[in-house]
Amino acid sequence: MSSSVSAAAKASAAFAHKKELAAAAPAPTQHRAGSGRRSKPCRVRAVASPARAPRAPASTGSVKTAMTMTEKILARASERAGLEPGENVWVDVDVLMTHDVCGPGTIGIFKKEFGEDAKVWDREKVVIIPDHYIFTNDERANRNVDILRDFCMEQNIKYFYDIKDLSNFKANPDYKGVCHVALAQEGHCRPGEVLLGTDSHTCNAGAFGQFATGIGNTDAGFVLGTGKALLKVPPTIRFVLDGEMPPYLLAKDLILQIIGEISVSGATYKSMEFVGSTIESLNMEERMTLCNMVVEAGGKNGVVPADETTFKYLEGKTSVDYEPVYSDAQARFFSDYRFDVSKLEPVVAKPHSPDNRALARECKDVKIDRVYIGSCTGGKTEDFLAAAKVFLASGKKVKVPTFLVPATQKVWMDLYSLPVPGSGGKTCSQIFEEAGCDTPASPSCGACLGGPRDTYARMNEPMVCVSTTNRNFPGRMGHKEGQIYLASPYTAAASALTGYVTDPRDFLM
Amino acid sequence: MAAAPTAAATVASTAVLAPRPAPTSAFLRRTQATSHRHPILKCRRAGTLTPAAAAGGSSPSSAVFHGEVFVVGDNIDTDQIIPAEHLTLVPSKPDEYRKLGSFAFAGLPTAAYPTPFVDPGEESTRYAVIVGGANFGCGSSREHAPVALGAAGARAVVAESYARIFFRNSVATGEVYPLELHDAGAWKECKTGDVVTVDLGNSVLINHTSGKEYKLKPIGDAGPVIEAGGIFAYARKTGMIASKAAA
Repeated sequence: MSSSVSAAAKASAAFAHKKELAAAAPAPTQHRAGSGRRSKPCRVRAVASPARAPRAPASTGSVKTAMTMTEKILARASERAGLEPGENVWVDVDVLMTHDVCGPGTIGIFKKEFGEDAKVWDREKVVIIPDHYIFTNDERANRNVDILRDFCMEQNIKYFYDIKDLSNFKANPDYKGVCHVALAQEGHCRPGEVLLGTDSHTCNAGAFGQFATGIGNTDAGFVLGTGKALLKVPPTIRFVLDGEMPPYLLAKDLILQIIGEISVSGATYKSMEFVGSTIESLNMEERMTLCNMVVEAGGKNGVVPADETTFKYLEGKTSVDYEPVYSDAQARFFSDYRFDVSKLEPVVAKPHSPDNRALARECKDVKIDRVYIGSCTGGKTEDFLAAAKVFLASGKKVKVPTFLVPATQKVWMDLYSLPVPGSGGKTCSQIFEEAGCDTPASPSCGACLGGPRDTYARMNEPMVCVSTTNRNFPGRMGHKEGQIYLASPYTAAASALTGYVTDPRDFLM
Repeated sequence: MAAAPTAAATVASTAVLAPRPAPTSAFLRRTQATSHRHPILKCRRAGTLTPAAAAGGSSPSSAVFHGEVFVVGDNIDTDQIIPAEHLTLVPSKPDEYRKLGSFAFAGLPTAAYPTPFVDPGEESTRYAVIVGGANFGCGSSREHAPVALGAAGARAVVAESYARIFFRNSVATGEVYPLELHDAGAWKECKTGDVVTVDLGNSVLINHTSGKEYKLKPIGDAGPVIEAGGIFAYARKTGMIASKAAA
């Protein structure tokens, strides 16, 4: 495609790091340590079924097709021994997720096409999470949550994270909040599985070494009825990130760096696999931040190989048996990108595109009106701990309104209970209060995508905002003339303290 | 990519058909205009094009759409196609489906796009065809985006490339044909209001106002799915699934 050629040319001109673009040129020595290590005991809890043979058929034998992780997951889900990129295959879906924005339409299609009395293919594999437009007086938005509830009652859906009392989210023990973070926290993200969701950021779950991607209402309606989806096998671009992560960088800096490198269409129809020593050092929430934004590069899915960090996170969260898969040493990759993370600097994405990359320090003269910390990609516990670390280091007060929207009820609880390291036992909420931030709001998607006019922290005026969210398209947070700078929680907190886009090293070094 | 007009382009502009009469609103609905034959045209991008030569693809789709074009640039995301505040509308409800149409492209920045896609107070657009740049429909997976365009009356998007989910949703719903241009730059040469013909059978976009032609990539297997009205309708039509559940 000519567009991607020009985008790649543009990106490489601005890129100073070592990169190799040779197609189908895997470098086995660089391959991550976990690959093919099926002898490593997996910390998989087999609760109901006896222990499996440790090797899947596709991973053994001398005649197997070398595959990437994504190819392997899709091969297993389609009961094929081998797959090539470009093939269209019917896959069995392990989990289908929908929410209040696309759920009612999905249900409408399901009923229209399969009949009013039809039953979903598996009531335990459908996860329905109201999260987008919750704390609003918009009648249609409220009605949409009612449609979800009626459907879940009718179908006896096992996992429905309901909210009825909008005046106090804490009065709703079932309510979680932002679907992608809730999926992870509730144990619905498992290595080796296929997760589809009616939300483009469903790719977030690739952090668990699974295939996860966003689909529309019509495809989701089909999955509801059949449990199957027709998917095209994507080629995989491999991103090798090595080097020690500097203490002023977060995963958001890495993914903004990558998107700036390959452009907003650089991974269209492709899988993005993240490997390397830096990736291995990241906790699960940071891996989610990375995978969450692959769609901002056009990616179909993103994956991080499952390892001890993954297995540890999953302990106690799921009783479902799972089996991780890994790219073969001889797997063919569409291309390879290599990054020395120790040399990277904090970056932002300037308005109005996630690939409009600039160094945070290059934007130090950009005056801002507000800061927003929230969303699936930037409103997790680790994101708030990072912001608190900056406020704590400075000891100063914010100079612009600073809005905090925890992704889920659990994150909200963490802000009020977890001690921030090095603070002498203070919680995030105490640190935020001392810094003069707004009180953490009720967990939901909030103003990340604007939403109804009365949404908390929605940009109803043409302001300049530094945000830890994932998109800075025109009008994304409300006002069409609003300007959004995407940034890490470090950079967002540092910017709140100065009123300008600010490199967090000003406070952390 | 938009080169200055060349001698070939000048030739092309003299060879163009006279614009058709202004399209009526009936044009914008799901009608297929009569087979549209055009004389041999000199096209500086695609070379000499004859209907026979251009019909070489295996696509059985032969639909022709004719009318005014609405032109947008690169990376038009789904927030611009249908802003999130309107996502409370449920596309599977007929009255809300129509309302989604009235908000199509409501998120385009007014300064860059002074002409609205749908006039205030209207539910339908006057533009049958949308021409865009690269990565059309990027961002959110909201199916409301192709639905809004289709509900407003647009029949085809002609862009340099698409974001994956938008393309898939367009085909799955059958709302609009997501057609790909063979070469880049058409959006820079077309102006909103130009009169165009999209000829699927010949895989060509003809701009009658400027006299230029643009080669399209064949829509392939997706064509019949869209023509049938989406994947469910296609599956029933072709016997892949039982003809219709009692609804």
